[in-house]
Amino acid sequence: MIKYQGKGVYGAVAIGKISLFKKQDTAVKRIHTTDTDKEKQRFEQAKAMAIQQLDEIYEKALKEVGEANAAIFEIHQMMLEDEDYNDSINNIIESQNVNADYAVAVTADNFADMFSAMDDAYMKARAADVRDISNRLINILSGNTAVSHHSDEKLIVCASDLAPSETVSLDKEKVLAFVTAHGSSNSHTAILARNMNIPAVIGVGDDFLEAVRDGDEAVVDGFTGEVLLHPDDESVQTYRRKQAEDEEKKRLLLELKGKENITKDGRKINVYANIGSVDNIGAVLLNDAGGIGLFRSEFLYLENSDYPTEEQQFGAYKKVLESMAGKKVIIRTLDIGADKQVDYFKLKKEENPALGYRAIRICLTRPEIFKTQLRALYRASVFGNLGIMFPMITSVSELEQILAMCTEIKEELKSQNVEFSENVELGIMIETPAAAIISDKLAPMVDFFSVGTNDLTQYTLACDRQNPDIEEFVDTHHEAIMRLIEMSAVNAHKCGAWIGICGELAADTTLTETFLRMGIDELSVSPTFVLKVRDAVRKIDLS
Amino acid sequence: MKTFSYTIKDEIGIHARPAGLLAKAAKEFESTITLEKDGKTAAATKLMAIMGMGVKCGDTVNVTVEGADEEKAAADMEAFFQANL
Repeated sequence: MIKYQGKGVYGAVAIGKISLFKKQDTAVKRIHTTDTDKEKQRFEQAKAMAIQQLDEIYEKALKEVGEANAAIFEIHQMMLEDEDYNDSINNIIESQNVNADYAVAVTADNFADMFSAMDDAYMKARAADVRDISNRLINILSGNTAVSHHSDEKLIVCASDLAPSETVSLDKEKVLAFVTAHGSSNSHTAILARNMNIPAVIGVGDDFLEAVRDGDEAVVDGFTGEVLLHPDDESVQTYRRKQAEDEEKKRLLLELKGKENITKDGRKINVYANIGSVDNIGAVLLNDAGGIGLFRSEFLYLENSDYPTEEQQFGAYKKVLESMAGKKVIIRTLDIGADKQVDYFKLKKEENPALGYRAIRICLTRPEIFKTQLRALYRASVFGNLGIMFPMITSVSELEQILAMCTEIKEELKSQNVEFSENVELGIMIETPAAAIISDKLAPMVDFFSVGTNDLTQYTLACDRQNPDIEEFVDTHHEAIMRLIEMSAVNAHKCGAWIGICGELAADTTLTETFLRMGIDELSVSPTFVLKVRDAVRKIDLS
Repeated sequence: MKTFSYTIKDEIGIHARPAGLLAKAAKEFESTITLEKDGKTAAATKLMAIMGMGVKCGDTVNVTVEGADEEKAAADMEAFFQANL
């Protein structure tokens, strides 16, 4: 197995046999002639034929890649009729007494050089368009017919580079992937491959072309730009899985994009995403999540060598809120301690950290840390639709202290004339049995609950999450946990609050119906599970 | 003779497609329409010459229209720039 690295231009995986794309030989001979009128006429005829061919290619492209991408072939027609291009060809025929083929080749070089020399990547890539139209003329002039691709199976088409018209002329049904040794991601070939939904990797280098033969097995990963030649069985298995997951995801996305998450009997459920860093926002949008149900603010503390400043935090929160453009963003305040340790907090080593000094317990005993975060959150609130969520709540008095601090921060901002939104929703995590059991007392104080099933399971079943030896005792579907969730849901709704689940159990689609029957309003899962959960919600009938 | 200036708002400047449309539109008029930027000029009917000027977003192009139908040609060209570039 040999691995080659190029640049992926369309993210998808292909596994199959290679077919080398053979270019026609466009080497042109300079032939002296006295009948220049005849050569000019040959050029005019070739041009008319080329324009007619481009009409056909345009029609094919229109059907396969849409109007905006087919437009390049109209441009090719216009380039063929460009005055300067035509003048140059006719001049060379006339002044040098040469054949039309040669005049076209020289003109192509001159114009392509002009574009290549420009300092703009887009314009540089246009040199390929000049070569493409000129080769078309030369092929017509020399009597070459278009190369057709004969094969019964889909193949990975490999070439030094592919001209846009060559890309579109290939029978799409026979192309598994494109791999080129050269080319830029700005080229129309790259754009067309993306629009034809064909995995494509460009710029793998000449080594690759020298090594491959027709019929060789290969894997093309358009996500990472990797091309594996003669892949071993293990790699093929891995890539088959990657391919199947990707196809399922694309199928769901196509089916669900823009649709509401409504059960068959008409109940609307919010399906949000859990993320742990600003870098994950792309994955949230790509998977078409309705919002962010859990944004773990710990990354700001874990990535830093000292307490993150208010400005640092404000910048990060503002970015998430703006990127989500008005969709709900629920940010959980600092949840450090237990399995997440940060040096500069100087936390003592504990016998039993899961039951120790963590999360809201740190925030309430070291209010300066908490107030900095709250100020940053409220200041950012004007940039979107913010919810703030507090972790590890066990009592009413904890929540009273938190709410008092929020009021204090708002007063402070008001007195300093700093803007904040009055519509920030406040909620708590239900992740201790205590919180679930007194949820009737907590619910009137908040806008929402979010069930953290990982900790709720650990605390309810007295099973350490970190201990692999007790895995058989961790029954995540345990009736005790289900009862605690249901109890919380009933109490939330009695007080007009909404309730979601943001733990791993939210992505367990065998439980989706159970949760919806309990009255759960929102499910927040890792971005990769969003589509799967949305699909499950839409198939449930609660009537 | 009529003249006007236009500052390009399209992110990738005068790229292939609008240059093609511009050339096509310019051919409809009798008047000679010339584009100028930083001393480089090109006839508006010449697709490759326009592309060769390398006009980018934020660049200002001076357009000169001269001929029998210059009134209408200048007005239409200005409208074209506003709509496409």
